[in-house]
Amino acid sequence: MSNTITIDGRVIPVQEGQTIMEAATAAGVYIPHLCHKPGYTPHGSCKLCTVNVNGRNCTACTFPATDGLNIINNSQELNSDRQRITQMLFVEGNHLCPSCEKSGNCQLQAVAYQLNMYDNHYPHFYPHREMDATHSEILLDRNRCIFCTLCVRASIEKDGKHVFAISGRGINKQLIVNSASGYLKDSDIDVNDCAAHVCPTGAILVKRTGYQVPIGQRIFDNHQVSEIALNQEQEYGK
Amino acid sequence: MKNQLHNLLHEDKYQEVNLLKLLRKIQSHYQYIPEEAIDFLAEQVGIPPANIIAVIEFYSFLHLTPQGKYQILLSDSITDHMLGKQNLMNYLSEILKVNTGQLRDDGLVSLNNTSCTGLCDQGPAGLINGIPLTSLNNSKLTEIAKLIEQQLPVTEWPEHLFEITDNIKKPGLLLDQAISKGAALKTAFGRGLQATLDEINLSGLRGRGGAGFKTALKWQLCAEESSDQHFVVCNADEGEPGTFKDRVLLNSYADQVFEGMTLCAAIIGAKQGFLYLRGEYQYLFDKLQNILELRREGGLLGENILNQNFSFDIEICLGAGAYICGEESALIESLEGKPGIPRNRPPYPVTKGYLSKPTVVNNVETFMAAAAIACRGGNWFASVGTEKSAGSKILSICGDCESPGIYEYPFGTTVQEILKDCNAQDVLGIQIGGPSGAFISNQEFHRKLAFEDLATGGSFIVFNNTRNIFEIVQNFIHFFAHESCGFCTPCRVGTSLLKNQFDKIVNGYGSAGDVVELEDLSKLIKNYSHCGLGQTAANPFLTTLQRYPDLYQSQLKKISYEPGFDLDAALDIARRMAQRDDCGAHLTQVEE
Repeated sequence: MSNTITIDGRVIPVQEGQTIMEAATAAGVYIPHLCHKPGYTPHGSCKLCTVNVNGRNCTACTFPATDGLNIINNSQELNSDRQRITQMLFVEGNHLCPSCEKSGNCQLQAVAYQLNMYDNHYPHFYPHREMDATHSEILLDRNRCIFCTLCVRASIEKDGKHVFAISGRGINKQLIVNSASGYLKDSDIDVNDCAAHVCPTGAILVKRTGYQVPIGQRIFDNHQVSEIALNQEQEYGK
Repeated sequence: MKNQLHNLLHEDKYQEVNLLKLLRKIQSHYQYIPEEAIDFLAEQVGIPPANIIAVIEFYSFLHLTPQGKYQILLSDSITDHMLGKQNLMNYLSEILKVNTGQLRDDGLVSLNNTSCTGLCDQGPAGLINGIPLTSLNNSKLTEIAKLIEQQLPVTEWPEHLFEITDNIKKPGLLLDQAISKGAALKTAFGRGLQATLDEINLSGLRGRGGAGFKTALKWQLCAEESSDQHFVVCNADEGEPGTFKDRVLLNSYADQVFEGMTLCAAIIGAKQGFLYLRGEYQYLFDKLQNILELRREGGLLGENILNQNFSFDIEICLGAGAYICGEESALIESLEGKPGIPRNRPPYPVTKGYLSKPTVVNNVETFMAAAAIACRGGNWFASVGTEKSAGSKILSICGDCESPGIYEYPFGTTVQEILKDCNAQDVLGIQIGGPSGAFISNQEFHRKLAFEDLATGGSFIVFNNTRNIFEIVQNFIHFFAHESCGFCTPCRVGTSLLKNQFDKIVNGYGSAGDVVELEDLSKLIKNYSHCGLGQTAANPFLTTLQRYPDLYQSQLKKISYEPGFDLDAALDIARRMAQRDDCGAHLTQVEE
C-alpha cells in the first residue's frame, strides 16, 4: 500500500524520501516559498513554507513526508503570518520595486502579491549595503539580497565553483564574493553560470538585458506565483 | 608571514574541523586575522577564502580588523549592569582614553562589551585577552590601566585580578559526594553496559541543559544507529546569561564529567568524544587537559580502558563567542569548523551528528549525574525529586541576594525556600532559566523547580524592588538580537524589530498600539523561528507583559500614533545648515 499525507483535508500520495514540499508540488498543491528550488539542497531558512504538521509548525521544504502526516497549509492564520514574514524580508533590505529591473519577474514581489501584501507593516531598517557593479556582465546589488543562499548553492552544486558565501551574524549578515579583492570582477563567475541567473530577487542581474520585456508584460504581472511555481517545479519533477 | 603562520599552527592538522582552533591561534597572535592568514589557511585547508571569512565574521572573538594588544571586554549581563558595569565602562574609557567599541590610535588597547561571561556571582566581570577578570571596581581598573600603559604582559599581572571562586553554597545529591575516579566505569563494566543503561533509564535522568530529553533514551537511540563511528559531545558552551554552574563543575568535578562521557562512549560504542568549551572559559583549558592526561595515565581514557578492550579519547574544543553554539546542532557545526548555524531537524544528532555520524550531545551536569547513577544505581537518583523530574538540579544563583553562588536542590523545591537560602530580601521577581526562560513575580514563589513547573538550565537571577523591569527586559532583548545567527527570517529580522520597537517604548515614544504590535511580533518570532533561540527570544517581553500589563500601559503615551523617533532632533542638521535656532525652526511632537 502506498503512503499518503493529508494537506488541508486532501489525501496526497508520497514517495519514499520526499519532503512535504516535493509531495505537495507533485500533487499540484502550492506552498509559498523563496529559498526552496527543486534540484537544490533544501535550506529551510526563509520560513515562508512553514506548515502545521500534526499540530507543530515545520518547514515544508525540509520536513520528510512520512506516512499519515496531517498538514495544514492554506489557512488564514498561516497565510497572514507568511505575509508578515514577507514584510520582514522587505523592510530588512532596500526593496524599491518601482525602480528595480526585476519588477514583474521578482519572486519576492510575486509572493507578496500572492499573500495580498499591500504595505510593509514594519518600520524599515534602511541598511547600508554595498553594490558591486565591477563585473562586465553581472551586477550584484546587495540591497535586494534576502539570504536565501540560492546563489551560494547554485555556484557549489551546479557550477562547481565557490563564488558566493554568506558572512556575518544576525541582522548584519551579508553576501560576500569569493575573490582576492572581494569584487565580482575578480571571481571566476561566468555569465552562463546558474549562480548568475538563480536569484529570486533583483540582487544578481545580468547586465544589458534590462527592460527587454516591458513592465506590465512580465511573468508575475499576469500570473500568480502559485501557478508559475507549480508549472515550473512539476516540470522539473518529471 | 607564511613561515610565521606555519610555526604558529604546525601542531594542528590543516583540516576544516580544526578551523576554529587555527583561527583562534592566529587571532591571539596577531590580535586579528590578517588577509595573508586567510589565504594561507584557504590554501592549506583547501576551502575557499570566503568560507573562512564567513567563519571569522560569525564569531564574536574573531576579527578581520586589529584589536588592541590588550583587548578588554566587559560582560554585558544584566547582573553586571546591576553591579555598576556602565560606570566602570565609562571610567575605563576615560582613563584609557578609548571609546567603547574602538581601538586606541596607538593600537595598544581596545575596549568593548561581550555577552555574559559566566561570572555573575563575582561580577562585574570582564575578559582581558580572553582571561577572566572578576569583581571589578574603580581601583582595580586603575591598576589594570597602569599595567597596560606599562605594557606588562598579562601573564605577569598580579593574581588577585584573576581570582575566581567556586562559591558552592549548598551542595546536594551530586555535589556533596563526588564519585571516586574510575568508580563509575568499574561499576558499569562489572554490572554490564546494558544493565547500566537500564539503571540510567530507571533513574529517570533527563537532560540538564533545560530541554529535559530522557538521557537513557538518547543514548539508546544513538547506540541503535549502525555506523562505523559514533561520537560523544559534552556541551560546555554555557552561554545562557546568569548561568555559571558548568564552569564550577569543570573546575572542581571534571573527572566525574569525563567519566560520564566515557561511560556514554562505552554504551553507544564511540571512540572519540569532544568537550565543547565556551571561549570565555578558555582559562580552564590547561587544567582540563591535565586531568585528561592523568586519566590516560590511569587507564581511564585512551587505548584499552580498564582492560575492557574499549578505546576512547576526549578532545577539548574551544568556542569563540557565540551563544547559539549552545544549541546542539549549531555546536556540532562549530565543531566541524563552520559558523554555528543550527541544522534542519530531522535528522537529529543521535542519527546524524558530528560528521553526519550518530552523536550524543549532553550537558556537563547530565554527564556528571550519569556517572553518579552508574555508581550508585537508578533508585538512588529516582528517590529524590518529583515524579516527572527525578534527582536534583544545580542552580547558578546571582543578582540581588546576599549569597550568590552554586546551590543544588532536589527537584520540587519551592522558590520561597531557595530565596531564603540565598538570603534575598524585598524581591520583585526572578528570571528563571535565563533570558530564554521566564520572569516570575513575587506572587509565584510557591512554584516549584521542576520540568513540569519551572524548568531551568541553571540560571536563577534575583531582582529586588529597586530594579526596573524595562531595563531587565531591554538587556535580554538586545542580547538575543546580538546573538541571533541570522539563518531564518523570523529570528534574524524579528529579534532586531523587537529590539527597535521595545526601545521605542522604553524611550517614551510608545503609543497605544505599540504593545499589541509587539505582542503580535513576539508570537510570530516564537512560532516560526528555526531553533530555540528565536522560539524563546520574545520570552522576556511576553512573560513580563503577562505579569505587569499595567506597567506597560503606563509607559505608553495616550495618543494613537507616536513617531518612533524625535522629529525635532531630526531637523538638527537642517537647522545647522540654515544657521537658525529660533522657534520657527523647531517642531513640537504630534499634538498631545
